[in-house]
Amino acid sequence: MSSESQEFLQQAEVITKDLRHRGLIQTALRKYEVARDKRKSAFGDWQSSRQAAAETKWEAINHLDKYLTEFADKLEARGTKVHWCSTPDQARDIIVKIIADKKARCVIKSKAMTAEEIHLNAAMEKAGFEVVESDLGEYIVQLRKEPPYHIVFPAMHLTRDDISDLFQKELGSAPTREPEELTMIARRALRKKYIQADVGITGANFAIAETGMISLTENEGNARLTAALPKTMITLLGIEKILPKMEDLALFLPMLATAGAGQTVTGYNTLYGGPKQPGEVDGPEEWHVVLLDNQRSILLADPEQRDSLHCIRCGACLNVCPIFRNVGGHTYGTTYSGPIGSVITPHLRGLQSWKHLSSSSSLCGACTETCPVKIDLHHHLLQNRRNASQEEPNAMEQTAYKAFGFVANRPGMWQVGKELARMFQPLHKFVLGTKLDPARAWTATRDVQPVAKESFKEWWQKHKAEKQAK
Amino acid sequence: MTEREKILGRIREALTVPAPRPGTHGGHEPAATLVGRPVHSAKPWLPDGGETPEAQIAYFRAASLDLKTDFRDAPDEGTAMAILKEIAQAEGWKKIATHRSELTDKAAAALGLPILHVEGGYDKNEMEACDVGITECDVLVAQTGSLIVTSRSSGGRALSVLPPHHVVIARREQLVRDLTAAFALIQQKYEGNYPSMISLVTGPSRTGDIERILVLGAHGPKKLTVILW
Repeated sequence: MSSESQEFLQQAEVITKDLRHRGLIQTALRKYEVARDKRKSAFGDWQSSRQAAAETKWEAINHLDKYLTEFADKLEARGTKVHWCSTPDQARDIIVKIIADKKARCVIKSKAMTAEEIHLNAAMEKAGFEVVESDLGEYIVQLRKEPPYHIVFPAMHLTRDDISDLFQKELGSAPTREPEELTMIARRALRKKYIQADVGITGANFAIAETGMISLTENEGNARLTAALPKTMITLLGIEKILPKMEDLALFLPMLATAGAGQTVTGYNTLYGGPKQPGEVDGPEEWHVVLLDNQRSILLADPEQRDSLHCIRCGACLNVCPIFRNVGGHTYGTTYSGPIGSVITPHLRGLQSWKHLSSSSSLCGACTETCPVKIDLHHHLLQNRRNASQEEPNAMEQTAYKAFGFVANRPGMWQVGKELARMFQPLHKFVLGTKLDPARAWTATRDVQPVAKESFKEWWQKHKAEKQAK
Repeated sequence: MTEREKILGRIREALTVPAPRPGTHGGHEPAATLVGRPVHSAKPWLPDGGETPEAQIAYFRAASLDLKTDFRDAPDEGTAMAILKEIAQAEGWKKIATHRSELTDKAAAALGLPILHVEGGYDKNEMEACDVGITECDVLVAQTGSLIVTSRSSGGRALSVLPPHHVVIARREQLVRDLTAAFALIQQKYEGNYPSMISLVTGPSRTGDIERILVLGAHGPKKLTVILW
């Protein structure tokens, strides 16, 4: 068992018993479900929208070379510097170098999961720069020195009291139970940072090939300010973010907002096509777009799971997943959690170390059903399981199944086995659930049914004999 | 070989093996494709925005109510300016930030307050201290209750997000049915020379990051007012 797998099991065991955690997640997700269903009902036909979104992303991903080239060329034509990075190291080095060249002290950042993926903040801080997360949820988890709990709702696992305590300790603010007052405390602290910051860093939700623009989705206005005030802007995005045309946003913005947060569209959806242009009054003088591969081209080479690159990171599959709801976001130990994280993490970080995530699933299919771009998530979990065992067969498991097959195919031996089980099962209760219990993996959390006193076969033979006697 | 060539090379190599079309399952081919059909009327599956101008106003009003946008549909220019003055008095505006354009110049003249004009550059702290940012917009969207501002038509990138109140002055003809129509209009207007920022604004700044409770004015404006005639 990999150390990642052991850690996952240990944490899962602790958190599934944590009733406070469960209550928080259930409350948050119930609110999400109500809002999402209300928005979905405004669609003329949600299923057709999903199909259209899936087809659009299929077109983009299956012609990725063409669209990426178009995107980068159009951006460069308007004065944007595009950097191509195969690895997280390259991306971190380029970004740190840009900041160092600008002799920047303070960096303001809007939410970007790709930055979490490459641990960008740690690299910038190590190089001596102050980095401030500007999305409220991200700001809160940054102050707690934690990774985000959820890709859309980073501070979902905290109560207003947790946040008030945190702000008292870190910002010296007065205690309050009002979410509005807490938000204003963060607003005041961050306003200063926007104005001071020399560099602004953003992610991107979509990359429009046709016009050479990125599209940024947010609610708070923090990304708008991050892209408006600092002199230098850096945008980090994965190569899979491509959409062919601007008009595709008319479909994808409502899909993302509805599936992700239960909104018709989010507060601000902004296209950026270059640094400050001639005649414009503000905006960054320099804009660097960093395109990251980081194993995405490897995932692309698997036609069976290529559609997992269609993901628009809405988080809908996390929200409906019974596993996510029980073990929570941090237990996964990955940047991307929930069903999509379980599918792609083995490709990004190694199949053998992360195969346990694909097994931690009830295969209920809720993720596949809710996905706005129709990624075949639960089948991909099965494919990961298959690939993992083909690559590294489990000798114990294979022997066990062979032995079972051997016994099950021989009625005499099966009969003996049954008798032995009946005889020894009463003794099982003395070791039940303890370390001496050979079936501990099962019995630690589940009941064991007694072996029937009479099997169906035995009953049938008796019954038939009785009937014939009459 | 540059990193660009390496990445594109890996992508081309990967794409030599085709992937099944979405909806393909166990040998079934998906139904006729939906993408690429002519715009709006062929996409009845998205949320609607109303066919007639009256219906579109009604959709915009309903969405505004939901979003907590203060939407004022005035019968004429005089009433629109009176509404603006009323808001200025109620909130005690002392200084406004705005840009030069037909509609904002009218608004500025009607208000008669000290003005920060963004043209030719501005001081960030000074703009932050203004009570309101008044801008035009390119288009209003009935389907979502949104409006589009750009760095060229609406006074740059910060004017519509830095002051605590964003007021948009617009004409009724600028209202379109849905996002498809709005993006088509933007493309028609700017094709070949786009502004560096095009922002679809839907309601005042908001967050639900604390216990999923809605709070307005997370980082951007706490209030959004749309005055239309």
